Amino acid sequence: MKRLYVILGSALVVLLLLPLVLDKYLLGIFVMIFFYAYLGQSWNLLTGYTGHISLGHALYVGIGAYTSTYLAMNHNISPWIGMWVGGLLAMLVGLVIGFLGFRFGLRGVYFVILTISFAEISRLVVSHIPSLGGFAGIFLDFKPSFWNFQFRGNVAYYYLSLGFMVASVAVARLLELSRAGRFMVAVREDEDAAEALGVNAFKYSMIGIALSAFMTSLGGTFYANYIFYINPNSVLGMGLSIELILRPIIGGMGTALGPVLGSFLLTPLSEISRAYLARGGLEGLHLILYGVLAILVVLFMREGILVYLKKAIGPLLRLEP
Amino acid sequence: MKYELPLQLVVQGILLGGVYGLIAVGLSLIFGVMGVINFAHGPMMVLGMYIAYGILVLLGLDPYVSLLLVAGALFILGYLVQATVVNRILDFPEAMQVLPLVATGLIIENAVLLGFGPDPRSPRTALGLATLHLGPVMIDVSRLLAFALAVLITGLVFLFLKYSDVGKSIRAAADNRVGALLVGIRVDRVNNFSFGVGAATTGAAGALLLPLMATSPHLGHDFTMTAFVVVILGGLGSLPGALVGGLILGVAESVSTLVVPATMKQVVSFGLLVAIMLFKPQGLFGGKA
Amino acid sequence: MKLLEVEKLEKHFGGLCAVAELSFEMQEGEILGLIGPNGAGKTTVFHCLTGFLSIDKGEVSLRGRSVKGLRPHQICRLGMARTFQIVRPFLNVSVLDNVMVGAMLRESSLTGARRLAQSTLEFAGLAELSQEKAGSLPLALRKRLELARALATRPEILLLDEVMGGLNPSDVDEMVRLLKEINARGVSILLIEHVMRGLMALAQRVVVINYGRKIAEGLPQEVVRDPQVVEAYLGREFLDAGN
Repeated sequence: MKRLYVILGSALVVLLLLPLVLDKYLLGIFVMIFFYAYLGQSWNLLTGYTGHISLGHALYVGIGAYTSTYLAMNHNISPWIGMWVGGLLAMLVGLVIGFLGFRFGLRGVYFVILTISFAEISRLVVSHIPSLGGFAGIFLDFKPSFWNFQFRGNVAYYYLSLGFMVASVAVARLLELSRAGRFMVAVREDEDAAEALGVNAFKYSMIGIALSAFMTSLGGTFYANYIFYINPNSVLGMGLSIELILRPIIGGMGTALGPVLGSFLLTPLSEISRAYLARGGLEGLHLILYGVLAILVVLFMREGILVYLKKAIGPLLRLEP
Repeated sequence: MKYELPLQLVVQGILLGGVYGLIAVGLSLIFGVMGVINFAHGPMMVLGMYIAYGILVLLGLDPYVSLLLVAGALFILGYLVQATVVNRILDFPEAMQVLPLVATGLIIENAVLLGFGPDPRSPRTALGLATLHLGPVMIDVSRLLAFALAVLITGLVFLFLKYSDVGKSIRAAADNRVGALLVGIRVDRVNNFSFGVGAATTGAAGALLLPLMATSPHLGHDFTMTAFVVVILGGLGSLPGALVGGLILGVAESVSTLVVPATMKQVVSFGLLVAIMLFKPQGLFGGKA
Repeated sequence: MKLLEVEKLEKHFGGLCAVAELSFEMQEGEILGLIGPNGAGKTTVFHCLTGFLSIDKGEVSLRGRSVKGLRPHQICRLGMARTFQIVRPFLNVSVLDNVMVGAMLRESSLTGARRLAQSTLEFAGLAELSQEKAGSLPLALRKRLELARALATRPEILLLDEVMGGLNPSDVDEMVRLLKEINARGVSILLIEHVMRGLMALAQRVVVINYGRKIAEGLPQEVVRDPQVVEAYLGREFLDAGN
């Protein structure tokens, strides 16, 4: 185990030093890698660890994005604070969805549909609220300063997003080792058997969704202040909900490093497809690739690439004592 | 005069509802036989729309004529999807079955995007603007035709399942997979066929909808959810339920425009969906919940 | 002290009556057998006792405290643990981690839970396999794992649903030995069992149900000779043929 930490630590040091050598464009790619790893990890906390599948996680991104933006533009509240408001709001919404799902016994596919419904309803409702920009969305003013959560260039965003990603990995790892995490995994593996052993499945499922929703929405605030434009489709749409689950699925659900690995594999692919096939008409190609990869992984490498990587490379690096 | 608008809306709703029913029939069939929820259903319908569009633009054939071609193309696609992907995931936990089909939908949606570009297409068809007057109600001929054909196709599927040999094999496999295997039914082939039929019906619905609405690659999700609402309303696995559910949703959506802007229509269907799932998940005809 | 009291228990599924007017008691330290032909409703009774199914009519009390309406995890906390007819291990999780889930009910610290889990595994003879994934175990060992897991919750009464089903004779004997040892340590056992060898060796008393109703109760040797019981299992013709 120690060896793994050494390797990860060295990788982290490399990542910390990269801004010294990379240009703005390349740094931007890394920002996206870290950002999507973070979002995927936040989703992973619910689906990977408790087993309830959410296909409407964009809802929480949207709550985070719109809340902090609204507070910043209308009340001059720093996104650093708006982020937490959004997070709490998202957590509440997540608890409502969780309650409806878990108390009413909406399992499996029904739960998936519930999550999609809430995300879509929100998207439609927000599209009709003028003070939130309606269908057209909101363009954020560029007023770079620390308190505005906005920065010139990509270096600050790079470190911010790296921080988010590392923090999310830490959260996942701590969860894995904790009581709550073990109970969550038990619920995932077999909810009834877990109940029979004294595990309050409802409570731990709710913890999972609350944590996941909270963390996801922080990512929404980051997104809004990095891209400077949000609209119902980009932050509440199915497209985002699907995109953010691909990395953890391919990398490995239910593991702390899976979403990170998935993001490092997939995000550059989308950049390549965007940059080199940039005639705009080929924009969807990377998603086709993602789709194919996802199918292959689910069919043949169900636990994600990470597990197979560990089995293949582990002995080489002598990771197991 | 007061009853004219609601009546008009109800009629419109019924007509569109027939097509919704057709879309849902495919989803219900796939679930009934394989126990799998086709998250790619909406994108498949959109693909049907685009194939009909392509045929119209290249060969000048009206969608009502090219219907069979579109259905055939989607049948082949559905068959292949089942054979390559879905047959392998039949024993997976329900949760893990969702992902490959979502991914399939993603692939189809983006293939269409790549092929046709992101702009919505609204082609002119021969009957596009013709209308009929039935008393106080004005009916688009294309909508009426879509309804009639949708109901016809649904009826044909129903008859096929009930009376043909293949249909009986499908019902046997749906009822008891192991039993069907034991009596020599090639269940994997039956599955392929069933998914093909499910995809074909939704593709046909796409062709029928082409004269009625602009197509765009991203419509898929909306229609997958529409199909869900209908299927859950009517009861998963029940074909008559799918048709009835479709009519109910069509009318509900249409009438809701009296109180809610048209762009919010879907909130009605999603709201309905959530309500049914919470309070009567087996749906009206008590399908396999 | 009456440990478990079941009074006129009733459970319906729509029009079907699965359990009707079932009453029996368990004393502390007892091993009580619950037997009956397939479909008699035994597992349904277990589900009702442990909160997996709601009770339509009647009362179930553990040490005088009603468990009607409680959720399964609450009932486990009160001291009634169960296993399932078809084993349900946490497949992707190690044997040790499986048992730890049970152990964490009573131990608030992870170290304490690990110690309890490890000693339980040793007791069950599974200690060497503690790092193996539960999914890799064969049936006989999965059954033992299921037992160890339930045991780790330090139950007062253990409900075992066909824990010897599918085991070969020597595994059955091993299981009997384990269960006797568990009982000796103060855990009462209510077991559903078809494997007569195991049942006769363990049960001090037996309750027989058929079509959801109790048809006999008493010492094992008496009950198996009861004509009603023989008829229930083997049919009228057999009974008549014997006469």
